Amino acid sequence: MQRPAAAGSLGPDNDIIVDVRDVHYAVNARPIFNGISLTVRRGRITAIMGPSGTGKSTLLRLITAQIQPDRGSIVVWGNDLSTLKPGEIYGMRKRMGMLFQQGALLTDLNVFENVAFPLREHTKLPEPVIRALVLTKLHAVGLRGAAELMPAELSGGMARRVALARAIVMDPDVLIYDEPFVGLDPISMGVILRLIRSMNEGLGITSIVVSHDVQELSTIAHDSYLLSGGRVVAAGTPQELAASTSGEVRQFMTGSDDGPVPFHYPAPDYAQQLFGDSRGGRR
Amino acid sequence: MSAATDTNLIVRFVRTVGQSALFFLSLLRHVIPALARPRLVVHQIYNAGARSLIVIMLSGFFVGAVLGLQGFDLLQRFGSEEALGVAAALGLLKELSPVVTALLFAGRAGTSLTSEIGLMRATEQLQAMEVMAVDPMRYVAAPRFIGGIVAMPLLAAVFSIVGLYGAQLVGVQLMGVDPGSFWSQMQSAVELNDVTEGVIKSLVFGVACSLIAVFEGYHATPTAEGVGLATTRTVVASSVLTLLLDLMMTATFL
Ligand SMILES: Nc1ncnc2c1ncn2[C@@H]1O[C@H](COP(=O)(O)OP(=O)(O)OP(=O)(O)O)[C@@H](O)[C@H]1O
Ligand SMILES: [Mg+2]
Repeated sequence: MQRPAAAGSLGPDNDIIVDVRDVHYAVNARPIFNGISLTVRRGRITAIMGPSGTGKSTLLRLITAQIQPDRGSIVVWGNDLSTLKPGEIYGMRKRMGMLFQQGALLTDLNVFENVAFPLREHTKLPEPVIRALVLTKLHAVGLRGAAELMPAELSGGMARRVALARAIVMDPDVLIYDEPFVGLDPISMGVILRLIRSMNEGLGITSIVVSHDVQELSTIAHDSYLLSGGRVVAAGTPQELAASTSGEVRQFMTGSDDGPVPFHYPAPDYAQQLFGDSRGGRR
Repeated sequence: MSAATDTNLIVRFVRTVGQSALFFLSLLRHVIPALARPRLVVHQIYNAGARSLIVIMLSGFFVGAVLGLQGFDLLQRFGSEEALGVAAALGLLKELSPVVTALLFAGRAGTSLTSEIGLMRATEQLQAMEVMAVDPMRYVAAPRFIGGIVAMPLLAAVFSIVGLYGAQLVGVQLMGVDPGSFWSQMQSAVELNDVTEGVIKSLVFGVACSLIAVFEGYHATPTAEGVGLATTRTVVASSVLTLLLDLMMTATFL
């Protein structure tokens, strides 16, 4: 089921699909990453966890070459992204599927056409084949009956499931999920979890899952990384992370706001801001 | 303080002009690939055209009728009311149709283009396309740009036709200008050059207004407020640029 590897992907580290090396990235002079490094291995489910606002979505944008790091390099399938031409980046993206945090369905197309979109853009398959493929994927996420609805008529969870069907319709080698579990009912959550696992086990798809849901992730992930403060603070299997004695890891796993990981966005002193002069109140 | 804000404004203005010039070049590069999928382009011509058609026809009628009234009043003073047809035709073809159509287009089609594209950015649709290896410049921006350029002269033509009937209604039916001389003088006095001038103007306005609308949407800050601001900027910039370009082109043609 593995497709022929892209040029340049042969080498001793053939098994490493994504290699993030010492990446620095800042938005408006505010650093998001100060030297983050991690690897994603072929055929494994890699979990990326971390508090809200640490830059998990930003990391996914870096990996899909939507933005470029200020320093450091990102190597995908053996190619340094900074050396790729736009056409090659598009070629790389055709082998990836991505589930956006908000679904990001195209609002002027109905559910069926949204899922068919990548097929129509990148293949010349005859209509009956497209129809069969799309309906199969929609069936897998339980929304075959919603094919004619417009995105505005879907709930948030339904939109995410349609987006998942769209992400897998091209049979990608790598699937990237940004917060796939948020706002799903327990049944849909179970369906999505099983789907992620079955695509990994059955088709050997490499998966990157970004989520806060430590419990859910630990049932499916092979490797996990915990991000905080712009770097990786812990890495290992979910079980290793759960057993970690490090304060930062324990705090995240147990969900306490009191610990080394700041729950608050950087701010001036609380008491001083409340009772002192008004400076710092507005910027 | 005011000197600093002034330089800031100038820097921002120059930067925006530079950005839109680059965006324009990039759009032009995507025109041919976009034309390879005519379905999208045709859809956008329909969108830009049909959305503005009613307002263009209504305004065309009113402007034509006013032209009939004012023209009659003016020409009557020189005893040459039969020239009303010529006056209305030249005023509409060379000036009023292209300009008023462009202003209305900016307010109707331009704003909806900007807010549509801006919302696509705000809801990550453009980013999703990029990740699906579909260039949003080709799929979203270029078809809308072409659609606007094609729709503009068509709308201006509709404006002229409806406007002439408005002028005719007032001049001939109301004021009693001889219908024969109204139409025949128009036929003999209006030259192909006059029509060409109007068509060139509306093509140029089509490029300008569509470019601004697509540019503002594409670069809108991805929030509700950002999209609202971008929509306002589309109307203001399109209107001012239309009038400026009109002055420049009229001076060149005369
Ligand atoms: N376009 C932008 N402009 C300014 N700041 C940004 C921008 N995009 C992201 N940021 C900042 O980068 C940080 C990381 O954002 P990101 O969306 O990657 O977080 P996240 O880890 O995905 O959070 P969540 O779990 O809530 O989705 C945030 O603190 C945010 O303020
Ligand atoms: Mg996020």
